Amino acid sequence: MNMTGAELIMRLLERQGITTIAGIPGGANLPMYDAFHTSSIQHILVRHEQAAGFMAQGMARTTGLPAVCFATSGPGATNILTAIADAKLDSVPVICITGQVPTGLIGSDAFQEIDTYGLTVPITKHNYLVRTVEELLTVIPDAFRIAMSGRPGPVVIDVPKDVQSARIEFDAYPEPGAPDAPPRFSHDDIFRAAGLINASEKPVIYAGAGIIGSNAAPALHALAEKASIPVACTLLGLGSMPDSHPLYLGMLGMHGSRGTNMIMEECDLVIALGVRFDDRATGKAAEFCPKAHIIHIDIDRSELGKIKLPMLGIEADVRLAIEALLPEVGADKRSDWTARTTELREAHPMAMPGADDLLTPYGIIRQTAAMLDDDAIISTDVGQHQMWTAQAYPFTYPRQWLTSGGLGTMGFGLPTAIGAAVAFPERTSVCFSGDGSILMNIQELATAVEINANVKIVLLNNGHLGLVRQQQELFYGARYMASRFEARPDFATIARGFGMAACDLANEANPAEALAAALRQPGPCFINVPIAEEDCVFPMVPPGAANHTMIGGETHATA
Amino acid sequence: MEHVISVLVENRFGVLSHISGMFSGRGFNIDSLAVGETEDPSVSRMTIVVHGDDQVVAQILKQLNRQVNVIQVEDLAGREHVERELMLIKIPVTAKNRGELLEVASIFRARVVDVQEESLTIEAVGSGEKLEALLRMCKKFGIRELVRTGRIGISRG
Repeated sequence: MNMTGAELIMRLLERQGITTIAGIPGGANLPMYDAFHTSSIQHILVRHEQAAGFMAQGMARTTGLPAVCFATSGPGATNILTAIADAKLDSVPVICITGQVPTGLIGSDAFQEIDTYGLTVPITKHNYLVRTVEELLTVIPDAFRIAMSGRPGPVVIDVPKDVQSARIEFDAYPEPGAPDAPPRFSHDDIFRAAGLINASEKPVIYAGAGIIGSNAAPALHALAEKASIPVACTLLGLGSMPDSHPLYLGMLGMHGSRGTNMIMEECDLVIALGVRFDDRATGKAAEFCPKAHIIHIDIDRSELGKIKLPMLGIEADVRLAIEALLPEVGADKRSDWTARTTELREAHPMAMPGADDLLTPYGIIRQTAAMLDDDAIISTDVGQHQMWTAQAYPFTYPRQWLTSGGLGTMGFGLPTAIGAAVAFPERTSVCFSGDGSILMNIQELATAVEINANVKIVLLNNGHLGLVRQQQELFYGARYMASRFEARPDFATIARGFGMAACDLANEANPAEALAAALRQPGPCFINVPIAEEDCVFPMVPPGAANHTMIGGETHATA
Repeated sequence: MEHVISVLVENRFGVLSHISGMFSGRGFNIDSLAVGETEDPSVSRMTIVVHGDDQVVAQILKQLNRQVNVIQVEDLAGREHVERELMLIKIPVTAKNRGELLEVASIFRARVVDVQEESLTIEAVGSGEKLEALLRMCKKFGIRELVRTGRIGISRG
């Protein structure tokens, strides 16, 4: 076979099953863009490279498979860095292919030259600078293998323009990259884990993104049900257990319900599954679950003992580990513990003041949920609206929930929701956003209109960087600084200016009807929802403090 | 406690920046780092000297293992091994004290590799302790320049 490097890249991506690539062309990746003409892969033109990275995340987070984004050299590469770093922290398999100046110009400070390789070392699972066209035959499959193996993560492949244009002759395509076999774990460890669980009177499962990444939700439910173990989820673990499940405790940590954090305080065994003891979940780590032994199962060995030393750490694919555990764990009603956890949950439930009023945070989230089909995909940006959605949206299955957990990137929501809509065009993709976050990638309204993505943006508009305002109120003596927006854009008009349908619930005689109509109509739609600026997300654990020091969120405050 | 970590890595572009970046990004200090090709030219060996408590060192070992280009990680602290470091010391001398310095050098089996009217450069090889002792002895002559390779180590047997 004889083709250019750029054509080879497209063939290898097709062979990996890639059907859509988001990106922006520029001088250094023009050969790759030219190769789209002879490829089955469709291209989606975003309006800022960061959005290409997040669109790829939207595809990858919903399908569980690697997704690809393109950017040119220099500013194209620097613009996409945030989305790559975000994928690293949340373990999302994104392959980013950047153009680079021709090999002969590397190091000469050429036009739009930047050291993409050097910049992406700390924010990728792995990265490549391809120096000959032959290397593509190994680098592309390898990049997919690495992105999918073990704990997934992003891979950047920087390809100089001359490598894209160079011709290559080769006999056969390499095998598409496939994930490595999961690590082998010892059955002695599984017996020990089962022994600890069987001996425990007050166990709790602390479940995270690993459950979703390894498709372990059914196994998790089976384990929880067999041994009557309540399950608390991390922010990224939401959806691993349906909201309606009797053993489901909701989210733990900084904005978890009081009852859930209290149960964590009392438990005698934490079964940590696919989690990394992030500070937003554990609060002050030294005081997390002070009475409990810890069993920690994760596919990334470096997470075992990184924050909390477990009594037993098992490096394993969490689904395989739970399946091995199941026959060894005894069926147990644990009536005393179940009674106690029920008592704590009933006495300290997740308070949702205003849930009946559409124009409140909990109201708009709960009522939007009630109007949507179960198969709706929910994305958020970052801030108060994100935490309210995490607390209040009744998630029912894995990969329904897309949020920036580790990096906490404002601007994540809209492009990610578009990516989800591209991956699942028949479903409704809803992005809850805030008036701070939406402006960080507002230009993607144009992309949504251009491809007629079935994306509904529900904007919780309080005229503030709300979570900053809240922290200034609570922890800085209400000395507000730079958290209020004096200029308040008319978002519905902006959306219409982009050619998108829009409504402003502030101006609707019947807001509920307007919301339902907006959600129902096909294609993109922007819904502005005014909310009170003084609303805070409660409960809240002060940053750096122990989870038992949470403030607010008492039920009596809701009356 | 000090640990000497021996790491086999693929000998290719960018590997050093991945390893050193991991240390700086996670706030681990490197006391010394030496890199060179092994008997297999596609593989390099890094000898990294670090200090930290058990948990820190355990985390360093795991993070090294996690790097895609890392083939094998070995903590020499737990096993019998030989360590060496090479040092070049340039020392100002006069006709009066040259003899004394040569005597010190010979006690430490250090070799003179450059002789000038006003300076001597000596080369010393050894474990960390021996080189520190030699340096202490040289201090009174004044040290004009000092170059060290960083330690390398190999397990016994």
